[in-house]
Amino acid sequence: MTRIIKYIFYDILRTRFILFYTLFLGVSTFALFQLDSDAGKVVLSLLNIVLMVVPLISIVFTTIHFYNSYEFIELMLAQPIDRRAVFLGEYLSVSLSLCIAYLAGVGIPILLYGGGASAITLLFTGVILTLVFVSLAFLSSVLTRDKAKAIGIALLFWFYFSLIYDGLLLWVVYTFNDYPLEKVTLTLIAFNPVDLARIIMLLQLDIAALMGYTGAFYQEFFGSSFGILFSTSILLLWIIIPLWIALRTFARKDL
Amino acid sequence: MISLKNINKKFGRLQVLDDVTLDLSSGKSYALIGPNGSGKTTLIKSILGMVIPTSGELTFDGKSIFNDWKYREKIGYMPQIGHYPDNMKIGQLIDMMKNIRKDYTKVDEDLIDSFKLFKMYDKPLHTLSGGTRQKVSAALAFLFRPPVLILDEPTAGLDPVSTEILKEKILHEKQLGKMIMISSHILSDLDELATDVVYIFEGKVQYNNTLEALKEETSELRLGKAIAMLIRQKELLASVTE
Repeated sequence: MTRIIKYIFYDILRTRFILFYTLFLGVSTFALFQLDSDAGKVVLSLLNIVLMVVPLISIVFTTIHFYNSYEFIELMLAQPIDRRAVFLGEYLSVSLSLCIAYLAGVGIPILLYGGGASAITLLFTGVILTLVFVSLAFLSSVLTRDKAKAIGIALLFWFYFSLIYDGLLLWVVYTFNDYPLEKVTLTLIAFNPVDLARIIMLLQLDIAALMGYTGAFYQEFFGSSFGILFSTSILLLWIIIPLWIALRTFARKDL
Repeated sequence: MISLKNINKKFGRLQVLDDVTLDLSSGKSYALIGPNGSGKTTLIKSILGMVIPTSGELTFDGKSIFNDWKYREKIGYMPQIGHYPDNMKIGQLIDMMKNIRKDYTKVDEDLIDSFKLFKMYDKPLHTLSGGTRQKVSAALAFLFRPPVLILDEPTAGLDPVSTEILKEKILHEKQLGKMIMISSHILSDLDELATDVVYIFEGKVQYNNTLEALKEETSELRLGKAIAMLIRQKELLASVTE
């Protein structure tokens, strides 16, 4: 499998897209540090970029990459290689390169300017979000044969988790605001990886109260460290479950 | 060596393979014949594990191929249309194929030499013509000296000289006692190469016997005419029974 990873890795680096992604993140992080001297505020602004841009790039890049390496996958499957090894090789190399790009792009400016514990948490949530959306992208890629359709599904995932879901949540809270909703919202938040990442960040920054009632309740219910631990484990499920479904589907797919 | 038992494959509502039962044994070379869309490529891909049958059993040397991949090191496969990573060069591709197999002993580079592929090692694969692509596919299929060769329309798109080179090579491998399966529409080629004929139509195996038997049954000397006769006989039979 390491040999396969080596070839896929090489192929990804050749497209230069990863390089542009790193540069983009690097430039925006540098710019934010230039604009504001307070590292805490910079991390908060970066959080908004990370929550929108990282999932979008991860999911679209992965889907396009999967379809572009269809020939390679087809070639490998006629060889004495396990299907699962090919699939996991693809997953590992794509997620590794996206994570390295993210860590380099955001991490290097942070190292230079310093950002403390909250910056480390920001790097951590970015990596986790990358892994989640790469998993979702692989799921959407194996669900259909058509490249355009798969990118459509991938974008739908992103829209849903970044924009639509929050709207729905708000609607639920407004409609049923006569009832005690703390536990319900808590559960509902677990169904959105982007929200979970945001909560980890807010708990770390100790400004969960800014998120209103739910945030305050979240902090009270879990306490900061347990809350972070809990959200992280749910996020790990968000990585594993889509990947597992995708792997099972791929193992039975006709090529 | 390879045995298929009641293999069915459906793509949605379309039945591509319909209760296919076949026994392929080593030392024989099979001509897989049938009209376009009759299920030849699906049959080949099922043997390679690239298409997963809806039902049925498929064994290689007595072991089921489902959830197995190790057996593929004994198969050299030449696809009908070779799809290769676009940005790779021929040399890189061949190196990669060697690299991902750990336990090959000695590679067979006869075809690389006779097709003069080493001269084009620096050519990216997306610039290749259909014929050159076909040469690369052929060279890769023979590279690891596999005991089983599965060739899906090997001579389609090749120039006459290359066709002869490839046929010579297949004959040579046949004399070594390998199991060979060739699907093709060029029946005159198969006449020289095959020992057995498998005729498949609408996903069903309509005929499976030795080449001599087919020629005797139809009292024709050439495979092309024999097959035409066979189809006519079948049609006649069908119209009578209706």
